[in-house]
Amino acid sequence: MKFIGSLVAVLLLVLLAYLGVGVAGLRELFGVVLPYVSVVVLLLGIVWRVLCWAKSPVPFKIPTTCGQEKSLPWIKQNKLDNPSNGLQVVGRMILEILFFRSLFRNTRMDFRGGEEKVVYGPSKWLWIGAIAFHYSFLVVFFRHLRFFSEPVPWLVKLTQDVDGFFQLGVPAFYITTFVFIGAVGYLLLRRLFIPQLRYISLVNDYFPLLLLLGIGTTGFFLRHLFKTDVVAIKELALGLVSFGPKAPVEASWLFYCHLFLVCVLFMYLPFSKIMHLAGVFLSPSRNMPNNNRAVRHVNPWNYPVKVHTYEEYEDEFREKMYAAGLPVEKTPEQAAAEKSAGDNGDDASSGTDNKE
Amino acid sequence: MYDTGKILAGLVAFIVVATFPLWFTNLFGSPSARPVLELPKGEKKCVEDTEYMRHWHMNMLDQWRNEVVREGKRMYVSSDGRKFEMSLNKNCLKCHESRAKFCDRCHNYMAVDPYCWDCHVTPTGE
Repeated sequence: MKFIGSLVAVLLLVLLAYLGVGVAGLRELFGVVLPYVSVVVLLLGIVWRVLCWAKSPVPFKIPTTCGQEKSLPWIKQNKLDNPSNGLQVVGRMILEILFFRSLFRNTRMDFRGGEEKVVYGPSKWLWIGAIAFHYSFLVVFFRHLRFFSEPVPWLVKLTQDVDGFFQLGVPAFYITTFVFIGAVGYLLLRRLFIPQLRYISLVNDYFPLLLLLGIGTTGFFLRHLFKTDVVAIKELALGLVSFGPKAPVEASWLFYCHLFLVCVLFMYLPFSKIMHLAGVFLSPSRNMPNNNRAVRHVNPWNYPVKVHTYEEYEDEFREKMYAAGLPVEKTPEQAAAEKSAGDNGDDASSGTDNKE
Repeated sequence: MYDTGKILAGLVAFIVVATFPLWFTNLFGSPSARPVLELPKGEKKCVEDTEYMRHWHMNMLDQWRNEVVREGKRMYVSSDGRKFEMSLNKNCLKCHESRAKFCDRCHNYMAVDPYCWDCHVTPTGE
């Protein structure tokens, strides 16, 4: 099964980190080489993917229209769900990127009272799971800047304080730790237990979720259960950013495992569905205004088509058409007169002037 | 390439934000800073061994507080059988005299802000 395969893949990565650091002691590989390689792959990979997308022509104007389009003055336009200019598109994109509006709009069909009555209603579970996951991940990611900056910016400290607001446990449990693991867990379980979703789920759906779950779990373990030397880890992180790293022996293999899973995520990201982090900005069905009838969208594929106009056709066959008694725009005499006038320097008059 | 201006602006913004750790500390901070602790002069051995104290001192203090305040137990027997009074002021701070020269060195480095000193008097080492 695809899920089992993904699970085995993530467990193999954990095992690899254990064998690499815990047994073979390849700290420089897992602590220095792989982080550098993965960040280079991540940044170049994202830039490369975006440039590929930017090179792809959009042949048609295809915004998804989710509300009343701009019409007659007394008909109210839904400006955010059916934008007709750039500013409204920006509004729509902000709603999509920051608040996942397209997931929020999700509706679900259900049978009420037996099979007689079909009911459509809002279904927000995916939206709630997605928003909880994305924002907790953002906070978790941002909090980790305390390892990569010296002095630590005040905003990072503030985030930590707010996140550890409840002051439960020592060191304080962060709210986002649980939201993150819970949300990823929910997003995974819904793929496993809803039959339609399980049917369409692939390895590249399960694998990133399990990888993120692995990262979250190892991170939780490192902070609360199997602690390791955080000062040594910060020295490694600062060494990495100032290009003079030394992989510490004080850090446990579990730390290297956590780091290794993050490196794998970074290297996997540009080639996976997680590229939606850049793709959401470049989605033509959302970043184009719906002004089809006001502004002509020229297909960039259009090449200069070789045409043979009626005028050229008549020029070619005028004598024969005239001789056969077919109606012509210009008689051979008119054409000859025009031609001689044109030869005399009056280039402005063209063959189409006598059309009336 | 289509929309070249917007694409490049977006990519540049992404690279600047994504490489924040690379330029921030190198330009505005001190990447080579390391916390140097001032160790006690007389005593060489803490309540437990160094690695344990490094990882678990906060949990130990938390446990001590709970046992003293809530259960009235005041004696701690370390793993090698030595007995200590469970008291920050009378035990820990006897050797680690200064907050600024010991506690804060690592806590500041790791941006940790423990609430010990909300109640306890800050030891200055004087």
